[in-house]
Amino acid sequence: MGASLEIQLIAVTAAVACALVGVFLVLRRMALMADAISHTVLLGIVLSFFVVQDLHSPWLLLGAALMGVATVGLVEALQRSGLVAEDAAIALVFPALFSLAVLLIGLYARNVHLDADVVLMGELALAPFERVLVFGLDLPQSLVVLAGVLLLNLLCIGLFYKELKLSTFDPVLAATLGIAPALLHYGLMALVAVTAVGAFDSVGAVLVVALIVTPPAAAHLLTDDLQRMLLLSAGIGAGSALSGYWLARWLDTNIAGSMALMAGVWFCVIWAAAPERGLVALLRRRARQRWQVAERVLALHLRSAEEEGSTNLVDRLPERLRWEPKFAHQVLRRAEANGLVQHQAGGLVLTERGRQQADYSSSRITGSS
Amino acid sequence: MVDGWLDYTLRTVALGAALLGGMSGALGAFVFLRRQSMAGDAIAHATLPGVVLAFLLTGQREPYLLLGGAALAGGAGVLLWIAITRWSRVKQDSALGIVLSTFLGGGVLLLNLVQNRPGAYQAGLNHFLFGQAATLLSRDVVLLAAGALGVSVLLLLFWKEFQLLSFDRAFGASLGWPMQRLDIGFTLLVVAAIVLGLQSVGVVLMSALLVAPAAAARQWVDGLGAMVLLAAVLGAVAGVSGTLLSALWTGLATGPLIVLCASTLVLFSLLLAPRRGLVWRQLDRLAAQARLR
Repeated sequence: MGASLEIQLIAVTAAVACALVGVFLVLRRMALMADAISHTVLLGIVLSFFVVQDLHSPWLLLGAALMGVATVGLVEALQRSGLVAEDAAIALVFPALFSLAVLLIGLYARNVHLDADVVLMGELALAPFERVLVFGLDLPQSLVVLAGVLLLNLLCIGLFYKELKLSTFDPVLAATLGIAPALLHYGLMALVAVTAVGAFDSVGAVLVVALIVTPPAAAHLLTDDLQRMLLLSAGIGAGSALSGYWLARWLDTNIAGSMALMAGVWFCVIWAAAPERGLVALLRRRARQRWQVAERVLALHLRSAEEEGSTNLVDRLPERLRWEPKFAHQVLRRAEANGLVQHQAGGLVLTERGRQQADYSSSRITGSS
Repeated sequence: MVDGWLDYTLRTVALGAALLGGMSGALGAFVFLRRQSMAGDAIAHATLPGVVLAFLLTGQREPYLLLGGAALAGGAGVLLWIAITRWSRVKQDSALGIVLSTFLGGGVLLLNLVQNRPGAYQAGLNHFLFGQAATLLSRDVVLLAAGALGVSVLLLLFWKEFQLLSFDRAFGASLGWPMQRLDIGFTLLVVAAIVLGLQSVGVVLMSALLVAPAAAARQWVDGLGAMVLLAAVLGAVAGVSGTLLSALWTGLATGPLIVLCASTLVLFSLLLAPRRGLVWRQLDRLAAQARLR
């Protein structure tokens, strides 16, 4: 395998692993917990490094994951104390722990390859240089780690799919059915921590947040179905990873940052273009509703004029309904095309359908049957 | 002679940190009460691409220029966040995460671009990640003083409006006040304060300087006025002590030290503040148990 292919494989594996757990975080409105965890795992890594004195020891992963869970526990304990609100609890805990980590590195670990910049931005480009032998295959270490994390995520989500789904959408029902929501919650958080550690080792904390939050949010704009959301989210994550890689390669810059940026770009594209929930669809729906309302107002107006027996309304529409003459003309054209009004010798009259429409609207407005 | 210079530098830097801490503490009280603590974090992260882009486009490291770029990017981040929450089903927290990571990703990409340029002096842009208060010059302190003065004046002028915005937005709207505009105006004020803090504290940790003094102050007092004042004082204390520590251990980034000082204040307040403090609460509980027995 060439280095380029290996980097792309690592990036895609990380993206899919993050996107899968991210779906549940986004649906449970805990996206910012990902931000907190991805920062505090650094402290876990630093502390376990002081114990084992080896940057490549698997104990570092364990220490980091434990610190991730501890972060969640600390945030929730603070929140439960009632002294500060949830958002403030997060905003207090993770900067403190992250600062501690940065300072410890600055004080005691300067000579080691453990650098706050790297932690933030990752060094994906260097990932292929550290290799391990697995079943006689010579593979990049981070690919092996991330593949393990991905498998773990797939396994946990597959095994506890029903429980996760229920406790995400209806925690009360889940609790009554005997599914322990707290256990599941901490399990999910541990999974997020492990994923964050595995991914951030090669791709940095920024990217972890980007890949956990952005693809699931984009997928949520496309579907209401959980399974489909998981699939779409993984796909969008992989797409962000690949497009980010090639953008970085083209510009000769940091891959992790570029992937995070591309995730945001894809989110914006999907937000703009999504059928039903996209911005364009939203604006079109609003425009359509505006014309519909105008046509109904016109029909109502003609109907009441009919009952009063007044004629030649078209010229007076602008002043009576306070419409711009141009707008009034457009409404007339649309109403005619939709068969609500027609031209007769005496001027504009309602069709039978227009009359029904007007009567229906007026019954809806007055509330009479 | 050397001592005199050192004193002068230290005085400048400490004064800057005090002004910054006071300003962020006072504004942070409102941020804290409005439950927008994490928004501060996202805004701070979102400023990075503005800093680097300003440098890339002009090739100068004029601080006003870089901070101007930061303010534009931060403002754009806020508007994107508001737009996503208003015009899509994406919830506030996810929208914050998206804005934060996308902008920071873009910033990192640009920063790397600058660093990879052959022969280009990377302009100490790295300092914007974790802050280096030692780089503050006296004119930066003047800028901070102007910022602190501006924030105080605006807070006094719009006291009633911001109070209502924090506690009962719906009531304000029913009075016919332009709550949406006030909201955006207040958030842009926060952007300005964050931008002014970038040099000393950095994009990664600036939000803590907004939230931590306010959270500490909230434990001691109940009134809004008292809370804002106390948060400003605590912010200034954290700023000065963090900066002095950083000056003593040269080379350590200032941001983390300031944040740790502020966090210590928070921890102390959470445990020991009269009535609310966790220690007193536990003692009360033990006393109650003893009485019941």
